[in-house]
Amino acid sequence: MTPFSFSIAHSLPEVVLAAGALLLVLIGAVRGEGSGRLITELSIGLLGIAFLLLFTELKGKALIWDDGFIDDAFGRFMKGLALIGGLVTLIMSRDFLRREKIDQFEFPILLVLATLGMMMLISAQNLIGLYLGLELMSLALYVVAAFQRDNVRASEAGLKYFALGALSSGMLLYGASLLYGFSGTVSFQGIATALHGHASLGPIFGLVFLLSGLAFKMSVAPFHMWTPDVYEGAPTPVTAFFASAPKMAAVAITLRVVMTAFPSITSQWQQIIVFISLLSMAIGSFAAIGQTNIKRLMAYSSIGHMGFALVGLASGTQTGIEGVLIYMSIYLVMTLGTFAAILSMRVGGVYVEKISDLAGLSRTNGTMAICIAMLMFSLAGVPPLAGFFSKWYVFNAAVQANLYPLAVLGFLTSVVSAFYYLRIVKIVYFDEPAPSFDPAGPVLTGVLVVSTLLVVFFAFMPAPLLSAAAAAAKSLF
Amino acid sequence: MFGFGILSALIFLPLIGALLILALPGDGEATQRNARWIALWTTLVVFGLSLYAWAQFDTSTAAFQLVETKAWFGAGLVYKLGVDGISMPFVLLTTFLMPFCIGASWLSISKRVREYFIAFLVLETMMIGVFCALDLVLFYLFFEGGLIPMFLIIGIWGGKRRIYASFKFFLYTLLGSLLMLVAIMAMYGVAGTTDITVLLNTHFASSVQKWLWLAFFASFAVKMPMWPVHTWLPDAHVEAPTAGSVILAGVLLKMGGYGFIRFSLPMFPEATQYFAPLVWTLSIIAILYTSLVALVQDDMKKLIAYSSVAHMGFVTMGLFTMNTQGVQGAVYQMVSHGIVSGALFLCVGVVYDRLHTREIAAYGGLVKNMPLYAVAFMVFTMANVGLPGTSGFVGEFLTLIGAFTANSWVGFFATFGVIFSAAYALYLYRRVIFGVLDKPAVAAMKDLSGREIALLAPLLVLTIYYGVHPGPILDACAASVDHLIKGYDAALSLTKTAALALH
Repeated sequence: MTPFSFSIAHSLPEVVLAAGALLLVLIGAVRGEGSGRLITELSIGLLGIAFLLLFTELKGKALIWDDGFIDDAFGRFMKGLALIGGLVTLIMSRDFLRREKIDQFEFPILLVLATLGMMMLISAQNLIGLYLGLELMSLALYVVAAFQRDNVRASEAGLKYFALGALSSGMLLYGASLLYGFSGTVSFQGIATALHGHASLGPIFGLVFLLSGLAFKMSVAPFHMWTPDVYEGAPTPVTAFFASAPKMAAVAITLRVVMTAFPSITSQWQQIIVFISLLSMAIGSFAAIGQTNIKRLMAYSSIGHMGFALVGLASGTQTGIEGVLIYMSIYLVMTLGTFAAILSMRVGGVYVEKISDLAGLSRTNGTMAICIAMLMFSLAGVPPLAGFFSKWYVFNAAVQANLYPLAVLGFLTSVVSAFYYLRIVKIVYFDEPAPSFDPAGPVLTGVLVVSTLLVVFFAFMPAPLLSAAAAAAKSLF
Repeated sequence: MFGFGILSALIFLPLIGALLILALPGDGEATQRNARWIALWTTLVVFGLSLYAWAQFDTSTAAFQLVETKAWFGAGLVYKLGVDGISMPFVLLTTFLMPFCIGASWLSISKRVREYFIAFLVLETMMIGVFCALDLVLFYLFFEGGLIPMFLIIGIWGGKRRIYASFKFFLYTLLGSLLMLVAIMAMYGVAGTTDITVLLNTHFASSVQKWLWLAFFASFAVKMPMWPVHTWLPDAHVEAPTAGSVILAGVLLKMGGYGFIRFSLPMFPEATQYFAPLVWTLSIIAILYTSLVALVQDDMKKLIAYSSVAHMGFVTMGLFTMNTQGVQGAVYQMVSHGIVSGALFLCVGVVYDRLHTREIAAYGGLVKNMPLYAVAFMVFTMANVGLPGTSGFVGEFLTLIGAFTANSWVGFFATFGVIFSAAYALYLYRRVIFGVLDKPAVAAMKDLSGREIALLAPLLVLTIYYGVHPGPILDACAASVDHLIKGYDAALSLTKTAALALH
């Protein structure tokens, strides 16, 4: 039994977030309606503090809270990404919430609670911790998806997400119970020990169900059906949040589960990962071609990108994990930048989200146009932009693990996906101008420009991300 | 300067120029003028610097020179630059052609001038980078990075079907290149690095070589372009603005040939030998078929585009003969074609700027009101045909000698291409320059302006100079080509003795 103070010290960001969220609820309840603004600012501060605490924490690896929670470099890396995602989307959402008159104080608190769930999820070291984190995250997400409750589509999105999410939780629980039944333990290490040498069909069944549940949260095919509808229906800042932070957490726990609990049956889960990865890349590429709504397009794009990220996991090696971490970091930057652009799409005070609304943007707003173009080229994986390097690292790991068919097919789908990213560039640069957008304000422009600069200049300064990802991947082995 | 060498300066100077243009305020008349001048001066300075690099270059050795290395991505990926006798001519070709591209766009580009010149300068960075990179990933980065500015140049400033052409260009090239990327990763797995100098001395198993060769072939054959994946080129050429066509024909097509010499031939010698008949067959089809296709075009640019495909057929044929004449001829042909086809596209641009059509039938009888133009166009047409005394002759002749030595049937069929090229080129010349001057719009066209003379005259001089004095280019690449062929023969005899020893 580890001492209490030691445990607190190693989970300080989580503790601060939990206590802070409760405090914010209290403040909100006392001050009533109209305190949305204040609570939003405080939530931003809270997430910022949690982010800073990640770096001041004790280094090394620590197993705490009855071995259900692990603090390691891998977790800190992914938590950093999730916190950045939460923080930036919350900052970007302020204007949107105020304009759409949904700036109640519950919204930022729910985002904080979701982020807390993600951090618990990322650090989970047994099945109970996994489920707790996952549900804390999901329950908050169900509510924010339907937050614009006067809007039919938002309500529909929330309901759909809830129904399918509940189904996936059920599958995950079923898988977890099978695993517990066959190995007699909930801890990942324990499962690994129990499976070592004699893997029967039972735990593999459990693994399949567990991965299905996680695949739902990562929104990879064939569990992606909710993604386009929810992305389209939910308020745009919520979509931005969905596309960034929860993906980090879901990918992180998937990596952690398969690498720590199932290292002895790699060839079994490898097949599953290869399959869902290929399917996601294909669906993400082909289904996006016909889209006219940019949020829906980004939904398919994110499905495809999760497929690409899983290519790294499919290799099952440390370099593969490193590749996934690099991929997720760069994907986060590109996604936040893209959603900053989408949030800036406002004509005459009304938010628009058709791709054709971007027509001829290069003539009306050159800065935004060049940023969107660079982000699209990067999402398509064209060098020398960051998106190319993220693909290089995951695919290189796959090739070194002799997964040639996966690499070749993956690249073929990426050519298909290049088509629809190019289409956006075409609309922005080659078409005749549509009505110009309202001024976006410093926050959105700032996020857009900063993420574009990161994407463009990554090739000049790759070392910090590479070394952090390498250290994080190492701690998982 | 900051620990960087000449080659880095060559690569990054155009980017600095692009940033300067980016910093210009507004989009007024003055800004446009400044953008033009900045672009022109940048390309001129880069050309001057490349001449300085050329002066530092020692043609007697096959080793890489002006090498600079910096740690980059760790784990085998390095920022490494260097040139040898094969890449140096292409660097010079690129820097030489760029000022002409800027000059050709001086008046014809009137909308979004700033963006146009930024795109061109970024493109120059990418092109020089391709020829200087000594790391496979760095090479790939520049090779693919060039797609972005070219896509925008075709798509924004192109003709009517620009969108179709730009997408086709981008997606074709991307598809080929991504297969090469898989091969690069596989090579990284074998050698543990992507440093080209190391990979040149790494032996790959024969079965692996064939796959790697095919993957590289997919990329370079599209870029070259070889029959049957050449269809993007006529579209891209026709729709691109004049300067875009010049750079496309002059430099971008050469990247494919350069890739073959730099990677496919020395790194996969056994696969090269194995696949040489395939390449010859495709080259001959390209030479004969596209020459015939060129004969029936009514669009000037399309005709020249098809003739480019045919000329690139000579290049691939020469390269895969793997003898000194063939390979040197191929290099020569590429440089010469860069100058000649660039000049031909400039010539088309001259009349296009006046009449805004590329249709051959719209012209006729130009010799009467544009005598200077008729002379310039004639010299370049003759060079395109391969008339002795022009630079086009030397390359074609050498590749044909190489082909006869390697396989006389290849040489036999390829020679027909020379005859066909005379047919389509002279037919084009007759229809545009001679005939009756009966169209009032054509009769009103003025002869070359001072700017146009300044653009065409240097190219004309070089075409003739290299036609009668091919020494400079041949000497530049001689040592490197010798080294390449020696290494190739050694690798093949090594596997032969190994195979004999097994028996």
